[in-house]
Amino acid sequence: MHGRANASGLHTLYISPLKALAVDIARNLETPVREIGLSVRIETRTGDTPVSKRTRQRRNPPDILLATPEQLALLLGSADAPYLFGSLRRVVLDELHALVTSKRGDLLALGLARLFRLSPRLQSIGLSATVADPQELCRYLAPQREDAPAADLVIAQAGAQPHVSMLEPGEDLPWAGHTARYALADIYNLIKAHKTTLVFVNTRSQAEMIFHELWGINDDGLAIALHHGSLDVAQRRKVEDAMTKGRLRAVVCTSSLDLGVDWGDIDLVINVGAPKGSSRLLQRIGRANHRLDEPSRGILVPANRFEVLECRAAIEAVADNAQDTPPLREGALDVLAQHILGCACAEAFDADQLYAEVRTAAPYHGFSRADFDAAVNFVATGGYALRAYERFAKIRQGRDGRWRVAHPRFAQSWRMNVGTIVESTMLKVRLVRSRHSSKGPGGTIARGGRVLGEVEEYFAEGLAPGDTFVFAGEILRYEAIVEDEIYVSRTDASDPKVPAYAGGKFPLSTYLAARVRGLLADRSQWTPLPATVREWLDIQRYRSQLPGMQELLVETFPRASRHYLVCYPFEGRLAHQTLGMLLTRRMERARLKPLGFVANEYALAVWGLGDVGAHIADGRLRLADLFEVDMLGDDLEAWLAESVMMKRTFRSNAVIAGLIERRFPGKEKTRRQVTVSTDLIYDVLRKHQPDHILLRAARADAATGLLDIRRLGEMLSRVKGRIVHKRLERVSPLAVPVMLEIGRETIHGEAGDAILAETADELVREAMRDA
Amino acid sequence: MTPEAGAIVLGGQAFVGDADGALYWPHERLLVVSDLHLEKASSFARRGVFLPPYDTATTLARLADVVRRYVPRAVIALGDSFHDDDAPQRLNGPDRDTLLSLQQGRDWIWISGNHDPDPAIGIGGIFRDSVVFGSLTFRHEPAAACDGGEVAGHLHPVARVRARGRSVSRKCFACDGQRLIMPAFGVLTGGLNVRDRAFAAVFSALDFTAHMLGRSRLYAIAASRCLPD
Repeated sequence: MHGRANASGLHTLYISPLKALAVDIARNLETPVREIGLSVRIETRTGDTPVSKRTRQRRNPPDILLATPEQLALLLGSADAPYLFGSLRRVVLDELHALVTSKRGDLLALGLARLFRLSPRLQSIGLSATVADPQELCRYLAPQREDAPAADLVIAQAGAQPHVSMLEPGEDLPWAGHTARYALADIYNLIKAHKTTLVFVNTRSQAEMIFHELWGINDDGLAIALHHGSLDVAQRRKVEDAMTKGRLRAVVCTSSLDLGVDWGDIDLVINVGAPKGSSRLLQRIGRANHRLDEPSRGILVPANRFEVLECRAAIEAVADNAQDTPPLREGALDVLAQHILGCACAEAFDADQLYAEVRTAAPYHGFSRADFDAAVNFVATGGYALRAYERFAKIRQGRDGRWRVAHPRFAQSWRMNVGTIVESTMLKVRLVRSRHSSKGPGGTIARGGRVLGEVEEYFAEGLAPGDTFVFAGEILRYEAIVEDEIYVSRTDASDPKVPAYAGGKFPLSTYLAARVRGLLADRSQWTPLPATVREWLDIQRYRSQLPGMQELLVETFPRASRHYLVCYPFEGRLAHQTLGMLLTRRMERARLKPLGFVANEYALAVWGLGDVGAHIADGRLRLADLFEVDMLGDDLEAWLAESVMMKRTFRSNAVIAGLIERRFPGKEKTRRQVTVSTDLIYDVLRKHQPDHILLRAARADAATGLLDIRRLGEMLSRVKGRIVHKRLERVSPLAVPVMLEIGRETIHGEAGDAILAETADELVREAMRDA
Repeated sequence: MTPEAGAIVLGGQAFVGDADGALYWPHERLLVVSDLHLEKASSFARRGVFLPPYDTATTLARLADVVRRYVPRAVIALGDSFHDDDAPQRLNGPDRDTLLSLQQGRDWIWISGNHDPDPAIGIGGIFRDSVVFGSLTFRHEPAAACDGGEVAGHLHPVARVRARGRSVSRKCFACDGQRLIMPAFGVLTGGLNVRDRAFAAVFSALDFTAHMLGRSRLYAIAASRCLPD
């Protein structure tokens, strides 16, 4: 061992999920340390830290180091790790609830297990203000050994109860959409009446839109800024700095500012749109006023009717101080594979010892030896049943039985690929003149137009020339993909053909969904709701019925030569999309000729040519069969084979596990080569080795990720025997919001709003008029 | 007469395009396959990128199917048959046996490609840069200037069409009656859209047909109706 006790080395390690938070905490620590005159060296280490400083930190570590989970993994994968961490006494994991629910938490847990081995006297501390089950975090913090108890729980004195209210919507409360444009003047006046306001929204595009619109009415020239993850780092730092110095009146932001950064003197938090979860909302409201004895103030602005219900449920949840962070996850196979290679980069490892160490990490406590060996095999030679790559192995077992990296270039490649966040490739959107209008064979497209912004690659791949979609506030016509750009032109189309993804990344929490169902089912709780919403629900009760607490309400009705089926599972858009995909397959088999479906956070609408209501009424179709849990068997398997979502999931598994390399600017292969190859790998593996470790990892991810299969399965089991069918003559009031998504709610701009309003009025008249 | 699916006319001769991506010339009893890229996965594995090592066996099994179906007198492998020049040495025993048994009782011509320019040993067959049958020249890369008929590979043509709100991408034969570009036969091979400018160098304007590979037959689509990426 070249590691020795490092008396004057690293004493405390602080890990935060956000770079900004690490930098912020360092700043807050330095001031008192300087004032007291302590000789304590405090440094940060993030992806932005220059290489020279990183090298110096390894040789001559500070007393306190503040870093991210990825930086910890990199340090642990260097030969200096035993020296660096041998003297470590304390590790502090901040905002732990935000880390443990993702693969970053898996990586961190594996790092923590290693730290406990390098420094047996290490004390670990986790911090979290919003966690549903604190005992789980206590378990996560301690090594999983019989002689090591879980961490102690210290509950800090709770601050004053936050004041949360809802902006009272008037008659003009929208039926659907996420713009909250109707409330802009109110939001502006609130900003004016406070010192500093944070305006939280759920998506980047929402942030852009509200920021833009606020400046449109900013007659007083208030300093209003924008902060979201896609903005340039320098730009974000500038906003953060101005915020700290108290120079801003408001910042419109996304979850990029969710976590505990203390930016100056915020006295109001506005949350626009659905709160999604109680913990998330508490976290956001907590950004206002960090003095414990004074209440934080938050105002919720629902963007549509369903969001009013969600806001109301969230306000009650906050009053109960209810926490709904998801439970701890099972450790992912691909993250373990990355960690194993990292361990080999640091020093030769013995498989038995490493397996024992890995099992002390909470997410991997129940991990089987067979799976661990499969992961080691995968790292060494790809993990194939056909053992063809022995001579090309990345790690090899020496005569001493220990595994070592076979060539330094594999360590180099590991360092370049550390981390669990796989960014989707973004393509620039460039405005060109349409080749549609310039007649003539093979009319070339004029280059060199203005860049409007960026879209994710997978969205662009679904487009065909001539398709129209909404971007940067207008309806655009897709022309072509040229290298890493997509070319678009202006169009006078009134309706975008392809919907842009409008919902946030976070689904409505199961807890809040149950509260919303409870609120709907119990009329005595409606008193605090706005009159327009009460009226809406009353007419629904009269015209159809309200979904019961434990029931699944299914409505069928004809409309404009189509037959509709609308159900209300309240399980979030992702689970609903998967359900829509599977339901349409079954309806296809039942010859109901389904044509399409659309999902929002609360409901799913399927439409087709067959009269589904009549089929149910005369017993040709049983709803219990249609919604039978076994759809998650063969139907799901068949669909997954072709699913683009599944292939995207697989690509991220392949990158994290190190099968293929991340793409870096300047070193990029062409788009086509990489995309095609992971899809081909997926197809070949599915055919020849369906139990391959990466396919297993992809299936596990699909269960909780993009397809949310687990939640769908729980819902289907819950409503078994409790499906209520209402056969209606026309659209019901409750169905209007999801029906409006068919025409698409994200139409920006004046013309778009008029169309939306027109469509809405027509639907609403139909739904709300007396029988 | 409506041309039956899979019928491709080239240089006035009738050919059969196979849904597995092979071209058969009944008159000469000649079978053509292109861009097998055998041992592509192991070629990547040498650099530590462990693609599934099932590509060679899968590609050869498909080739065996095609050979069994047409029982050709001669087979032309139109270049890039191996992903690199060392690839033949990496063939495992069973794969090498399959390859040699396919050559029993027929002529086998390896055309050199940019991935496998040097003739390899131990894989049977004869080696040529190009061959001429009748009025047709068979070579790997399409010639810059070509007067007569030509069958080439190299470009891995893929066509994309859209119907009922879905777009479908498939490998294809690209043919204008004078020249034909073969689809890549190898299982781990990617593709290049026929609307890419590389095809403009072979076919003037969009005056060619993409014979897209379906499950059991070809679908002929005019290039002008194919979508660019």
